[in-house]
Amino acid sequence: MQIDWANFAPWSAALGGVAIGLAAGLMILLLGRIAGVSGIVAGLLPPARGDAAWRVAFILGLVASAALLRLAGAATTPVFDIGYGATIVAGLLVGFGARLGGGCTSGHGVCGLSRLSLRALVATGAFMTSGVLTVFALRCLVGRP
Amino acid sequence: MTKSTIAAFAIGLLFGLGLCVSGMILPSKVKGFLDVAGPWDPSLAFVMGGAVGVGLIAFRVARGRSRALLGDEMRLPKERRIDAPLVVGATIFGIGWGLGGVCPGPAIVDLAFLDPQVVVFVLAMLAGMALEKGARGFIGGAR
Repeated sequence: MQIDWANFAPWSAALGGVAIGLAAGLMILLLGRIAGVSGIVAGLLPPARGDAAWRVAFILGLVASAALLRLAGAATTPVFDIGYGATIVAGLLVGFGARLGGGCTSGHGVCGLSRLSLRALVATGAFMTSGVLTVFALRCLVGRP
Repeated sequence: MTKSTIAAFAIGLLFGLGLCVSGMILPSKVKGFLDVAGPWDPSLAFVMGGAVGVGLIAFRVARGRSRALLGDEMRLPKERRIDAPLVVGATIFGIGWGLGGVCPGPAIVDLAFLDPQVVVFVLAMLAGMALEKGARGFIGGAR
């Protein structure tokens, strides 16, 4: 195995992780809700009376974070280097899979593991495995991840 | 606007800042983490380490409470089943994650960059969620 030292950034990763963990902790302690993004978004399809405002506010907060960093000139712009067809397939799989499996990286990977849930551990193991295999397949098929 | 709504916005802001600072919003970073056969970038393991480290404490406190601090009901998941929808769903999700390089949170954060491709990803993700909802009665969802 070869480590990509040029891009290895453990400190900013851990700092960002702590912020994510704090946000998930505040969500459960203040609102009594799991900060699982796919679940929060799916709860608006369709929006239910009395249960939509906090979901919309959370989503707006997510978008505002990068908007603020952009204004401050501190944001790195994400680059999507796949075609539109692959983008649509990826989005469909992410949305469908996250709902069928009852959560995504945040719901299972952060909140579930923090609750020491075996169910979340199994889900996290499954999506990490298929994610690694998918990138490996891309490397074999198109020569890059 | 209720206290819960304002808190949810602030929590989303903090969550999003964490996703930005950690590099989770960058498809190249996510793919570098999943690319164990290429030049592997293990950074994102530290995101999970940091998040779960703090989360463990918060959820331990939350478990003993019946109400959240702002007065709402404490809604901790009750589902414990490890079944086919869980494993199949998570596996499908991982394929999309590896292909696109973003999961739902980062995809929404990335909308702030006004890249039409992100909008297409998010719309496809919403369509995938709606499809799952439509198919749920047919195949049986995890929840």
